[in-house]
Amino acid sequence: MGRTVIKVRNLGKRYRIGLKEELHDSLIGGIASWAVSPFVNFRKLQRLSKFKSQDESDDIIWAVRDISFDLGEGEILGIIGHNGAGKSTLLKILSRIVEPTTGKAIVYGRVSSLLEVGTGFHRELTGRENIYLNGTILGMSKLEISTKLDEIIAFSEIEKFIDTPVKRYSSGMYVRLAFAVAAHLEPEILIVDEVLAVGDVQFRRKCLGKMSDVAKTGRTIIFVSHNMGAIHKLCTRAILIKNGMIEEDGKVAEVISKYVNPNLSEMQSSMMLPGAEENSPGRGLQLTFLGADNIENNHFNMGEIWKIQFEFEIFRKTPHVSAAVGPRNFDVSIKTFRTKPVDLEAGIYRAEFEFNIPVKSTELQFSVGLTTNETTFYYFHNAGHVSISEIYEGKHPVRTKDAGLLIDDEFEEIVHIQ
Amino acid sequence: MKMSKNSTTEINQPLIIEPQKGWQVINWSELIKYKDLIYFLIMRDVKAIYKQTVLGFSWAILRPVFHMIVFSVVFGKLAKIPSDGLPYPIFSYAAIVPWTYFATSMTRSTSSLIGGAGMFTKVYFPRLIIPFTPIVAGLVDFIIAFSLIFALMAWYGITPTVNILFIPFLVILMILTASGMGMWLSALAIQYRDVPYGVQFLSQIMMYAAPVAWPVSLIPESYRFFYGFYPMAGVIEGFRAALLGHNPMPWDLIATGSITAILIFIFGAFFFRRKERIFADVV
Repeated sequence: MGRTVIKVRNLGKRYRIGLKEELHDSLIGGIASWAVSPFVNFRKLQRLSKFKSQDESDDIIWAVRDISFDLGEGEILGIIGHNGAGKSTLLKILSRIVEPTTGKAIVYGRVSSLLEVGTGFHRELTGRENIYLNGTILGMSKLEISTKLDEIIAFSEIEKFIDTPVKRYSSGMYVRLAFAVAAHLEPEILIVDEVLAVGDVQFRRKCLGKMSDVAKTGRTIIFVSHNMGAIHKLCTRAILIKNGMIEEDGKVAEVISKYVNPNLSEMQSSMMLPGAEENSPGRGLQLTFLGADNIENNHFNMGEIWKIQFEFEIFRKTPHVSAAVGPRNFDVSIKTFRTKPVDLEAGIYRAEFEFNIPVKSTELQFSVGLTTNETTFYYFHNAGHVSISEIYEGKHPVRTKDAGLLIDDEFEEIVHIQ
Repeated sequence: MKMSKNSTTEINQPLIIEPQKGWQVINWSELIKYKDLIYFLIMRDVKAIYKQTVLGFSWAILRPVFHMIVFSVVFGKLAKIPSDGLPYPIFSYAAIVPWTYFATSMTRSTSSLIGGAGMFTKVYFPRLIIPFTPIVAGLVDFIIAFSLIFALMAWYGITPTVNILFIPFLVILMILTASGMGMWLSALAIQYRDVPYGVQFLSQIMMYAAPVAWPVSLIPESYRFFYGFYPMAGVIEGFRAALLGHNPMPWDLIATGSITAILIFIFGAFFFRRKERIFADVV
């Protein structure tokens, strides 16, 4: 890490949402509220910018709260998080578009922010005129644009129409032109929001390529994206933001996996199952996940073979019992593993299934069930949680769609253990 | 936010982003740094305004000329409003030109922030540029319309006086007033969208309050001093005197009007700078 170019200390931003519309169910109520509405509206609009100290009423949200980090020269920081986590607000504060409520940020160097492409474009002006306008809005000087003009026009691939008003452009051409300007920004610090999500695939790739070129020249970049692939490829560091606060800050791969599998640490490789209904002939006891080495785990690599152990209790002699475990990817069941039906005495039993389905990196939940004569007497949904990571192991796995499969032809034996 | 004065200290001078406290003055050095942007935004306004019209910049002349015709018929012929001994058409046209500039600039400036929200919520630049752009861009129309005055003067055989040299000063006074009002009203309009509607009325009232259709000589002598605090009174009456020479320059009106114009501008600038921090939050 070179010298620090951005210092962020306890940055916070408070917003008042609100402006809730009231509904009236009577004519009189409607007229009465219409009569007082100017006063009500005025109060509402005024409240948008007025905060009493220590005001914590329920229409106030802290979009960003207590964020601190240092960014060194040449670092490429990826900011990830769910929608509404505060990523864009943070970028807006650093871009000086909104003022922070608390804390401060110190920036050393010339900043350009790219929260949108084509800011300030005017429909009536030609492509060439808009290059100058948009370029100066993004912080370039007239001279800088003039020297790069040919390059920008070539990059946009719309040389023929450069002197046509942009209102005649197709939306694709418009985006190309806007991007061409943005791609030629050369600030010391670049702040980029999810702008690479527009345009066709080929052009998007070209822009991503241009961005990594820029990154290689040692510029500092802050980059927000939902595209984990792009973050992984471009960034040297990542920050995960949750509810306006920094949840994780560090190596890109680790932060991404924390974002993708938020419950990794809380997930257990073994879980107790709830009891059965009254008069049920048996119940599930425990669900355990094991690696090929028989060590409990709930995080496996793609292509790795691992095991599911399902322990259950039978209270009385029950005919034709089968134990089943169904891994599912949220709503899509992938397969149901079942044991060969056998008549069982009272006792505690275990069924073990080998998970050898070639799935891609994903999250798995499990349903467990017990049947007698093909009739379910115990069922529990959403038991356990296993993550399959992107890292390959063993043979290159066959990628499958998350289609629901039910394969009945593999029977496992039940072992009597107690 | 602190900005460096020249590019050599720029590298060492960090930018500090933190909550602003108190009143801010206009940061001229920052505005100078953004001179290219100011230039292109003004050009955008100038170029875009008459795009896809048949008559183009002729509208800059046609609008005040139509006004002149209507005023001459209604106020000159029918209502027989006195015109200090001048032919009513040129009496009114000399006033309509500065008035049209003032009213149009003020109205456009008021709505400018609302229209510019797409820009200032996406990128930083001094927000003050936004309400100023229509004020400057409007000068193009003003100059075109103004040039017709000389044709009218030739038609009526009026020679301009030496006081015509004071016209630039009157223009500055007019710009100060329009931009001062623009800063106040645009900053209010971004939060309260009633303001642009209200400005329509305001500009109507201000027009009838200004000596556009009638001469200041109708104001009783005892009220003339107070009337002078309305900046457009001095500007319009000054335009007439400088061009048509029927009256001496109304320095009394211009002096009191200047006081008001400067106050409107200074307080407008403070108000705008105080409000600008919340623009992106309330838009």
